[in-house]
Amino acid sequence: MKIQVNGEEKITSSMSVYDFLLTIDCDPRPIAVELNRSILAKKDYRTTFLLEGDQLEIVWFVGGG
Amino acid sequence: MILQNDSLKIAGREFRSRLMVGTGKYADFSQMAKAIEASGADIVTVAVRRVNISDRNKESLLDHLDLKKYTLLPNTAGCYSADEAVRTCRLAREAGLSDFVKLEVLGDEKTLFPNNEELLKAAKILVTEGFTVLPYTSDDPIVCKKLEDLGCAAVMPLGAPIGSGLGIRNPYNLRIIMETVSVPVIVDAGVGTASDAAIAMELGCDGVLMNSAIAGAQNPIAMAEAMNLAVRAGRLAYLSGRIPRKLYATASSPLEGVIE
Repeated sequence: MKIQVNGEEKITSSMSVYDFLLTIDCDPRPIAVELNRSILAKKDYRTTFLLEGDQLEIVWFVGGG
Repeated sequence: MILQNDSLKIAGREFRSRLMVGTGKYADFSQMAKAIEASGADIVTVAVRRVNISDRNKESLLDHLDLKKYTLLPNTAGCYSADEAVRTCRLAREAGLSDFVKLEVLGDEKTLFPNNEELLKAAKILVTEGFTVLPYTSDDPIVCKKLEDLGCAAVMPLGAPIGSGLGIRNPYNLRIIMETVSVPVIVDAGVGTASDAAIAMELGCDGVLMNSAIAGAQNPIAMAEAMNLAVRAGRLAYLSGRIPRKLYATASSPLEGVIE
């Protein structure tokens, strides 16, 4: 199925957000995730499963003033 | 001795340093970490950006900052509407597990001046959602008062445009702002060199926030130390009570006993 991740299209099988983060080699600790424009709490990563057309936004902190 | 008992209080939290520094524009994380150390800052600003999902080799900024030592202040840099800024703050809180946010809502790319209408809108929402809001704002006492009334924990008027290094362009407005609000007044943006930071502190500002002046210096680590000293010197001078300005001279040496 297709999902959008940070504006890019990705093909993935159905899995939890936590597992998806591991497939893209993304450490879940220092990040924040929005699923369809709503914040997804870290405690919900393992129990939330991705669906066709989902939009994920994955952010972290970078240098800034 | 006076400075040992002097601290900056924001939303019930105390910070020893009155200098806040950014984490952007450094050559690398090692230089950034050393500069922040030299600045003596307790609060450091960070930006919220998309993780690069194609190139996962990039190190995390947080691997280079001791979070036991520093309080992160995520910003909403690059946001031009209240909606974008609020969204960014919610993400920042989730990533950093802190309610502190530096709220900036920009008006245009050329000046990076704040869009105060959107800023006030965002501040209202964020305060309601429990954020500790530190807004970057114009040096406008009326806007600063509105931000305080909305429940912002501080106001952060600009000294000059972001990254301009022009220094404190309107000290008179800053003075009026300090008379108008009771929350901390922190000069955010415009500092170019140490004397600019000292001037802000001598005026009685509660703190100074800067990034470019340190990171863009030829020797950022040395400039960070200069800013550390300047903010402390300026604060101490303010607390010491300077002499009044006079047009004519007053002799320092006794007038009596001059040989004739």
